[in-house]
Amino acid sequence: MSEFLQFAFSGLTVGAVYALVALGFTLIYNASDVVNFAQGEFVMLGGMGTVFLLAMGVPLPVAVIGAIGVTTLVGLGLYLFAIEPARGASAVTLIIITIGASIFLRGVASIIFDKRFHSLPHWFGPAPLSIGGASVLPQSLVVLAGAAILVVLLWAFFERTMFGKAVLATSANRLAAKLSGINTGFVVGFSFAISATIGAIAGILVTPITLTSYDVGTLLALKGFAAAMLGGMGNPLGAVIGGLVVGLVEGFGAGYLSSQYKDAFAFIVILVVLFAMPNGLFGRSKIERV
Amino acid sequence: MGGRILEFFADNRFGTLLLLAALVVLLPLFFPSSFYYRVAAIVWIFSIAAIGLNLLMGYAGQVSLGHAGFIGIGAYAVAVLPSRFGVHALVALLLGAIVSAVLAALVGRPILRLKGHYLAVATLGFGILIAMVLTNEAWLTGGPDGIRVARMTIIGWSVRGSDTWYWISGATMILSAFIALNLVDSPLGRALRAIHDSEVAAKVVGIDVPQAKLTVFVISAVYASITGSYLALFDGHITPDSAGFLRSVELVTMVVIGGMGSIFGSVIGASVIVVLPQAFAVLADYKHVMIGAFIIIFMIALPAGIVPTLRAKLFGRAP
Repeated sequence: MSEFLQFAFSGLTVGAVYALVALGFTLIYNASDVVNFAQGEFVMLGGMGTVFLLAMGVPLPVAVIGAIGVTTLVGLGLYLFAIEPARGASAVTLIIITIGASIFLRGVASIIFDKRFHSLPHWFGPAPLSIGGASVLPQSLVVLAGAAILVVLLWAFFERTMFGKAVLATSANRLAAKLSGINTGFVVGFSFAISATIGAIAGILVTPITLTSYDVGTLLALKGFAAAMLGGMGNPLGAVIGGLVVGLVEGFGAGYLSSQYKDAFAFIVILVVLFAMPNGLFGRSKIERV
Repeated sequence: MGGRILEFFADNRFGTLLLLAALVVLLPLFFPSSFYYRVAAIVWIFSIAAIGLNLLMGYAGQVSLGHAGFIGIGAYAVAVLPSRFGVHALVALLLGAIVSAVLAALVGRPILRLKGHYLAVATLGFGILIAMVLTNEAWLTGGPDGIRVARMTIIGWSVRGSDTWYWISGATMILSAFIALNLVDSPLGRALRAIHDSEVAAKVVGIDVPQAKLTVFVISAVYASITGSYLALFDGHITPDSAGFLRSVELVTMVVIGGMGSIFGSVIGASVIVVLPQAFAVLADYKHVMIGAFIIIFMIALPAGIVPTLRAKLFGRAP
């Protein structure tokens, strides 16, 4: 039982990060139909940015805010300089642009920062707590709590604010939103910025546990994308659940079956689910008009 | 008149073949060193996979982010079978292609039922699974460091050297283009284009949509497998990265940069993606920044790809 709890906690911790990456995918996809493969780089920039601001002697809270701010600006820049100019291009072309952006950001990170692994101090010390016989890092609880708070804040933003409604309206029908006076260009730019913010926060929260380096983004983007698709593309709740499921599958797969193939289990589960439910767990099927 | 001649090369299948053949024959006249043979050979080798993937993406409209998996199968077939089981390299190449075809036929049916981004994530997962097996089954594949590939010998003749491979890969590329061009003009090709426009409409006019999609998926898998085998035999060494996600992305980028639905475009796309890193190699640390920036600028400037955009410019009509 303690073993089970142990694997569940480690799975949920990475799952929370996947969930946040998947949420970032979903926000951008809903607002603009773009699948942003540079999403993982936001996570990397959050972690690496904080590490290097700390190394420059900046106090931790300022470093955290600085890294989040810089990453948010990068997200906005991605929209303004790479996505907006290619407006109207096909979905595949846009995907390749975001992959180009991810290669670009990784290259920039390897120059500005370096190519080594880095960590951040644990918020509440590295001594593990014992929960039901499983030893859990306090930082894991920080990651889970942080992810939960972000999800609630986002929900409140979409449901309770006027601008949140405008974002929802844009994702429901861009033309209708524009006709009713919503500045859809601004909404899409905002989605890129907020996705970058979420990514950066996820990176900062999880770096003490998983470490970070200039190239951690690729695998995170793949897992996040897979999680978003597992939940059903465009469904924020599905993205969160998809992320947690991918994390748990990895945690239990690595624990009970084989740690070498831990990345494989997630993709096997995704393939099996998609074969049975071609629109993901919570996706609705699209009807093609001829 | 000049426009007519250009149009012949761009639109006619014999024109495209003639153009490719002229490229392969005439390019070496401008090569100052054997290094150029090497880069050009790699371009031809990747062109094969890009042409195959273009049949799937450009004509049938089905994206695949996992085709490097088939490159991996082709590459490891010629790496492992000759050294472990004494199979001749050519037979190993053939077996690799058969395994790729069978695997594609098996996974193709459920995978190709998916649409759009769901298809993308499923093919991505499939490709990653293959790369992961190649990385982890070190007893057979040599693990993450890769494996040495013995030179191919054909009746006592050891096939080696950049210029030899230049001609072999160039000839194979032209043959692949020939088959692809004929396929595009066949009933299957027309069926694929109908599917691209609308699956429902294609079904209504009596096209067996799943079968057509599966056929082209299998063909593109075989093309990628051959690319893998050639790469391994040419390089003499192969790593699991050859089957990885980034390789798959490179293939897709080749197809899109060159132009979806243009066989000649795939060759152009392959040259861009192969030559670019070589051109930026002198920049060392800045290489990836430049490649990333270049891909973004390219796609913004030519969203429909190089060949279709140029064609539209030259002949003043939509590609």
